[in-house]
Amino acid sequence: MRIRISHETTHRYAPPARMLIQNLRLTPHGFDSQYLLFWRVALDIDSAIKTSEDAHGNVVSTFSHHGAPIERLTVTARGEVETSDSAGVIRGTAERLPTDMYLRDSPLAHVNGALRAFAIESAGGAQDPLDALHRLMAELHRVMSFDPYQTDDPDSAAEAFALRRGRARDFANIFIACARALGAPARFVTGYRAFEEPDGEAGAHAWAEAHVPRLGWVAFDPTVCICADPGYVRVVVGFDARDASFASAAHGMSDDTIESVIRVEQARFQTQS
Amino acid sequence: MAGVAAFDEMGREGEPARALYRKVARWLEETPAELLASRRAQAEYMFRRIGITFGVYGDKDAAERLIPFDIVPRLISRAEWRKLEAGLTQRVKALNMFLTDVYGARRILNESIIPPELILRNPFYRPEMIGRRAPHDIWAHIAGIDIVRVDDESFYVLEDNARTPSGVSYMLENREVTMRLLPDLFARHSVAPVDDYPDELLACLRSVAPRQDRSEATIVVLTPGLYNSAYYEHSFLADKLGVELVEGRDLFVEDDQVFMRTTLGPRRVDVIYRRVDDDFLDPLVFNPQSVLGVPGLIGAYLAGNVTIANAVGTGVADDKAIYSYVPDLIRFYLSEEPLLKNVPTYRCREPDGLKYVLERLDQLVVKEVNGSGGYGMLVGPHATQAQREQFAAKIKADPANYIAQPTLALSTCPASFDKGVAPRHVDLRPFVLSGADSVRIVPGGLTRVALKEGSLVVNSSQGGGTKDTWIVDDIEDED
Repeated sequence: MRIRISHETTHRYAPPARMLIQNLRLTPHGFDSQYLLFWRVALDIDSAIKTSEDAHGNVVSTFSHHGAPIERLTVTARGEVETSDSAGVIRGTAERLPTDMYLRDSPLAHVNGALRAFAIESAGGAQDPLDALHRLMAELHRVMSFDPYQTDDPDSAAEAFALRRGRARDFANIFIACARALGAPARFVTGYRAFEEPDGEAGAHAWAEAHVPRLGWVAFDPTVCICADPGYVRVVVGFDARDASFASAAHGMSDDTIESVIRVEQARFQTQS
Repeated sequence: MAGVAAFDEMGREGEPARALYRKVARWLEETPAELLASRRAQAEYMFRRIGITFGVYGDKDAAERLIPFDIVPRLISRAEWRKLEAGLTQRVKALNMFLTDVYGARRILNESIIPPELILRNPFYRPEMIGRRAPHDIWAHIAGIDIVRVDDESFYVLEDNARTPSGVSYMLENREVTMRLLPDLFARHSVAPVDDYPDELLACLRSVAPRQDRSEATIVVLTPGLYNSAYYEHSFLADKLGVELVEGRDLFVEDDQVFMRTTLGPRRVDVIYRRVDDDFLDPLVFNPQSVLGVPGLIGAYLAGNVTIANAVGTGVADDKAIYSYVPDLIRFYLSEEPLLKNVPTYRCREPDGLKYVLERLDQLVVKEVNGSGGYGMLVGPHATQAQREQFAAKIKADPANYIAQPTLALSTCPASFDKGVAPRHVDLRPFVLSGADSVRIVPGGLTRVALKEGSLVVNSSQGGGTKDTWIVDDIEDED
């Protein structure tokens, strides 16, 4: 599937910010089932962008500004990717960290007793790790209700699980915590999701990847209860939602009001660009 | 522990004093009690005037407390020190090589010297540093190694501190106070000086500066601020080094360069001697809630434009789980036998270790590998049979999570009290400085003393005090 993405983030600073620094993780890597046709990150202030990679190998675009106060800043990421079906199996990524590091405890995907018990019960003694993870995904999808406008704002997997409802990021954090409890290395993915038909739900999304012996990394989306299909555009990975965010930013003492406009559409019927 | 006869460094009561301590013994004998009392009072007065204090968390009335100082110096002979020095140098070298390796090729894991999960799942093993090298391969620029002695011969390393070890300000202040308080006793010994520590530290920090012209390097001390328990030491060191003491908000990063705000405009910073934990260094990379750090600092660091001392990620080298492997690290990286002993540690993850520990629970201290602050610990000799049985079940359920050590009889030294002179247990923290050019160790360190009778806990938060530590020449005239 050919997918066109436009992700525009507008920051309004009050009082106007004299210092700004951001690490943007808005650029995907290509791999076997995701090919980058083009990608560009731009700012509407005069500041150079430096590119590096973080611990997980994500592309990080860094910029900073000091001096004249800035009231408004827009960050734009635009690009197009071509994806293909791989039954959710992620191949051809450059891995910086040893796989087993994704077994470690992380703040938002910390396993408590309730999550551990749920994980073991969901897996139902399945011997095959892939089978166990599928059962976990199905059971998680069954007991949790999806609430994209979650106002209680649970932060961690344990908190969201106690409420039995959450946003996509909560589903992903819970899945990761449980997968690790079952002995499978697991990580958080932030990206976009597109649909064959024009649909209001397309946009930013969060899901998980778990490592399965012999297969490698497999993308599970517990919110929808499927393994990633060609509608998924994978951008950032991390131990949990905390380090797999699109951006981390500092802006001195100013308040930051953020407005995001994300367009994700199939590029099949494009006229001209 | 209690009941075990400890080695006294001066010599036990009723026995002749060890040669090293003869003059101290005579001084203690000849000095009238009133004079010792007045020296103690003077010492307290001097420390109050200096303002050397220690913050106690969660204690509002005693927000800033004086750490008790015992006026009787602790002596170590030059020959003993030379051995310690060689052992410390070797140990810290191996720790730095270990850090280069675990963040690099991971040979130590590939060759199964250390079980991979001990490193990979260790929260202090920082993913941000994987595949990176610290400038000059020095990670722990400043290390504090805690040492205890149990007899005439044997010194043991109790703990490695490779993150932000504190206490060196006490080493320096204790010496100043002692020299003023006991000039005669001091003059009767040939004591190795410690007052060049700031110069040595400065040379060490300069040697790792990223700039070509290192004499031009701008160095700062980064403190979490006034409310940190070691704030006094941070300001003391900045003052002695002749560099700025800064908090996170005094620094900023632009284009991967670190700058300090000064009245004369921004000034580029080359080396940060940080006394802030990894987690709080940069909110863009670590704890996003942290206001102590500098946004963008890690980017500047990874770009090679600033040196952070100690490096990010050193915590994996001084972790409880790694401690028992340090002798193996020394053999692996240096092909040498360790010169300093480790407290024998039995790992329950290994079947032999598990068997040994379960058979001797009444003699051992059992610790949880990832536990801290005494949580999840069994002190065998002090536990009841029921407690031991309960603990045995926990160990069997998850052996990998437990290690065990014998109880050590820490040596004692004479200490002066209102009621007279009495032996008290001590340890020693020497400070090892690793620079690009050499390893430097100032002869001495911080001696901590458990002032409560029978206590083995030397921590200042639990009634511990300090002493001046004298490294003295072995051959002394019998004046």
